[in-house]
Amino acid sequence: MTEATGSSSSAEAPFAFTAENLAKAKTIVARYPEGRQRSAVLPLLDLAQRQCGGWLPEPALRYVGDFLKMPHMAVMEVATFYTMFNLKPVGRHFVQVCTTTPCWLRGSDEVVSACKKHLGIGMNETTADGEFTLTEVECLGACVNAPMVQINDDYYEDLDGESMVRLLDALKRGETPKTGPQVERQTSAPVGGPTTLKSSDSSGG
Amino acid sequence: MPTLTVDGIEVTVPANSTVLQACEAAGKEIPRFCYHERLSIAGNCRMCLVEMEKSPKPIASCAMPAADNMVIHTDTPMVKKAREGVLEFLLINHPLDCPICDQGGECDLQDETMAYGHNSSRLREHKRAVREKFMGPLIKTTMTRCIHCTRCVRFASEIAGVPEIGVINRGEHMEITTYLDRAASSELSGNVIDLCPVGALTSKPFAFAARAWELRRTESIDVLDALGSNIRIDARGREVMRVLPRLNEDINEEWISDKTRFAYDGLKRQRLDQPYVRRGGKLAPATWAEAFAAIAARLKGFDPKRVAALVGDLSDAESVLALKELMQKLGVTNLDARQDGAKLPAAPRSAYLFNTTIAGIEQADAVLLIGSNPRFEAALVNARIRKRWLAAGIPVANIGPALDLTYPVVELGNNPALLGAIADGSHPFAATLRDAKNPMLILGQGALARADGAAVLAQARRVAESTGMIAEGWNGFNVLHHAAARVGALDLGFVPGPGGLDRDGILQGAASGAIEVVYLLGADEIDMQKLGKAFVIYQGTHGDAGAHRADVILPGAAYTEKNATWVNTEGRVQRGQKAVAPPGEAREDWAILRALSETLGVTLPYDDLDAVRARLAALAPAFAKLDAIEPAPWAAFGGEGAVAAVPFGLPIADYFFTNPICRASTVMAECSALASARREKATGTHG
Ligand code: SF4
Ligand code: FES
Ligand code: FES
Repeated sequence: MTEATGSSSSAEAPFAFTAENLAKAKTIVARYPEGRQRSAVLPLLDLAQRQCGGWLPEPALRYVGDFLKMPHMAVMEVATFYTMFNLKPVGRHFVQVCTTTPCWLRGSDEVVSACKKHLGIGMNETTADGEFTLTEVECLGACVNAPMVQINDDYYEDLDGESMVRLLDALKRGETPKTGPQVERQTSAPVGGPTTLKSSDSSGG
Repeated sequence: MPTLTVDGIEVTVPANSTVLQACEAAGKEIPRFCYHERLSIAGNCRMCLVEMEKSPKPIASCAMPAADNMVIHTDTPMVKKAREGVLEFLLINHPLDCPICDQGGECDLQDETMAYGHNSSRLREHKRAVREKFMGPLIKTTMTRCIHCTRCVRFASEIAGVPEIGVINRGEHMEITTYLDRAASSELSGNVIDLCPVGALTSKPFAFAARAWELRRTESIDVLDALGSNIRIDARGREVMRVLPRLNEDINEEWISDKTRFAYDGLKRQRLDQPYVRRGGKLAPATWAEAFAAIAARLKGFDPKRVAALVGDLSDAESVLALKELMQKLGVTNLDARQDGAKLPAAPRSAYLFNTTIAGIEQADAVLLIGSNPRFEAALVNARIRKRWLAAGIPVANIGPALDLTYPVVELGNNPALLGAIADGSHPFAATLRDAKNPMLILGQGALARADGAAVLAQARRVAESTGMIAEGWNGFNVLHHAAARVGALDLGFVPGPGGLDRDGILQGAASGAIEVVYLLGADEIDMQKLGKAFVIYQGTHGDAGAHRADVILPGAAYTEKNATWVNTEGRVQRGQKAVAPPGEAREDWAILRALSETLGVTLPYDDLDAVRARLAALAPAFAKLDAIEPAPWAAFGGEGAVAAVPFGLPIADYFFTNPICRASTVMAECSALASARREKATGTHG
């Protein structure tokens, strides 16, 4: 993420919101008081990124800048500051493995190597078929179920090498795997079910 | 007006001051990198830490508002330690390349390291390296040296108003760049070089050319536009190595335009370094005596009605005076200093001055532009208007071609008839002007250099008078010049004498053969074709249009090569100082005219510069007072007649090519090429 988009503007297709996104964008912008339209830059960039298949080509940055009457450079600043904006194309499944301390202590190394081996790519690379991009991210706030990955908009938690491979295979087959914990666990409750407060009539108070 | 204590000294500072300003008021120097008094506060470098009683941590003095009863310490062990810590962090990723860095010797980081640096580094890890950026032909980047103070970013978006520099990425990966590495496009871009506290942004044309401490510094003034920006000329031997701004709050504050800063390489190219005389159709090198003899021979038994003289854009007042008096002695009245054909009178003075003054713009609360593009004609006047707009959101309207001036402009249309409509109050903008306390108008040469220029001038005067621009203590009528010589020459009355022809008359006369001899004092911006068969004497510095057409060339001194006087567009008389010697045989211009007068048998009555200057002051009282502005009394001016329904043009098509010095500069040529490519792109696919 150290380089801004290096592509030259003229080489790329111009960008414009679809009719549906344009309507959405207008609703978003209308949330902000007059003169503060620039505040909508984050949601608009997100909208654009979704429209472009998970990344922001440079014409999209300019489009959003013009849309909000803000300098292109300022849009570039925002888009490069937030790591959730991608300035290079990503695969259909954008696999973001958390490797921050809690996930790392709980075995994120295994998850990373499973991804690398199974997909045959390194960090920040995309498979030849354009299906998967692998990247490393900092804490995504699901440490309680560490280790975890985020793929597109979904979290998959309580992973190990094996379950990670299963997950990737399911995605390859075009399935929609169950999100959340990949072990016997309900959201962030204890594994295997509750260990305390098992019955509702506990009288100890 | 908070009162606080700094190192035991009680100070009271204006409301909205910062602790840093309070410390300065108490005479304490606070180290800083990101803070700059003309930019917004960023508070990101932390070098300005001071101790505040009752605060557990040191505070960033530049970002902390001063408040009553604060007790500040700037010299405690805690402060010292805090600053040492900050500096050590800044140096973690800063390369140790001072020996090959052009900032060396004038680097804030170097200086602070002397004060707060460790004598050795504790860092064992690799330093980060940052990809070089492209910012155009003027700004050289070495981004590994950047300490991310964001001064350059703030300058571009706040002062220049062209928000093209920014910060990408974050944290350890933060980098400064222009959008997609495009060349900076502001006319003020070079100022980021001065602002950059380290060697990240340096001057590209000056790269590796000299060390700051080996240069001879001369305080002078700029003549490449009509502002008279205060500059420092740094020279080595006979060569101008660079031009830097000097502080003058009334004119350029601490900025200069890119033309002022970077055109100096034009001083070394295409110079006329000896006299020439045309023999058999070809210009041949000659001695001064031969050149003078050729002129004397041509003028022998001449009819003064058939002789004319034109003054160019860069000429100093001393030489204009000498030329005028020489012509007077010869009985010649066909004189004009308005080589662009502007219909400006030589009196009253208020008719051709920027009466509001440049600093006065900061009092204006409505502006009307007429046939002017201040961004090109006087980049720092434009920056002042922008500054005023930022502070007060004043309305700015334009009659002329539509402009991008870095602030919102109400385009009234390019229709000269609007002047009449505003003067008689029928146009809605008249009310805006009338309701303003200090309305002003800026009349450019685009509105004056046309056949009906005098009528336009009269209309503009009526606009000024009818909308309250002329009031006690306020004069909102402004003529914006872009030629440094113009005001001085008008002060000296270098306009047609009794029965004399003006520029148009002279050119017509030369074409028809009625004018047989034309003296061009650095006048290059006229259509030389029109000079017909006339015998042309060109006195100037460069092998530009005038020299090519000339029959005799007298090599003069450029503005960096003479002690001379110029009057800026406000009517401010300033002196330039000689930084280097003129090349070869070239001489100071008044002295050339003095020598010629002797050959012609009409010796001018001054033998040294002091005598010329005494004569200047005697002839035009304005010259008696340096660096000061006397408000010019208001009087009627302007011509009768109707204003034609012809849209106004703009006097400057190419900002980088306005005079012979700029046209000889390869740096300006590069800038010009980039600018025209940008224009093409803007009007092409990206419309
Ligand atoms: S390039 Fe210079 S002025 Fe700009 S942020 Fe870096 S150190 Fe500051
Ligand atoms: S450390 Fe991985 S989600 Fe928090
Ligand atoms: S000068 Fe105060 S933080 Fe930089």
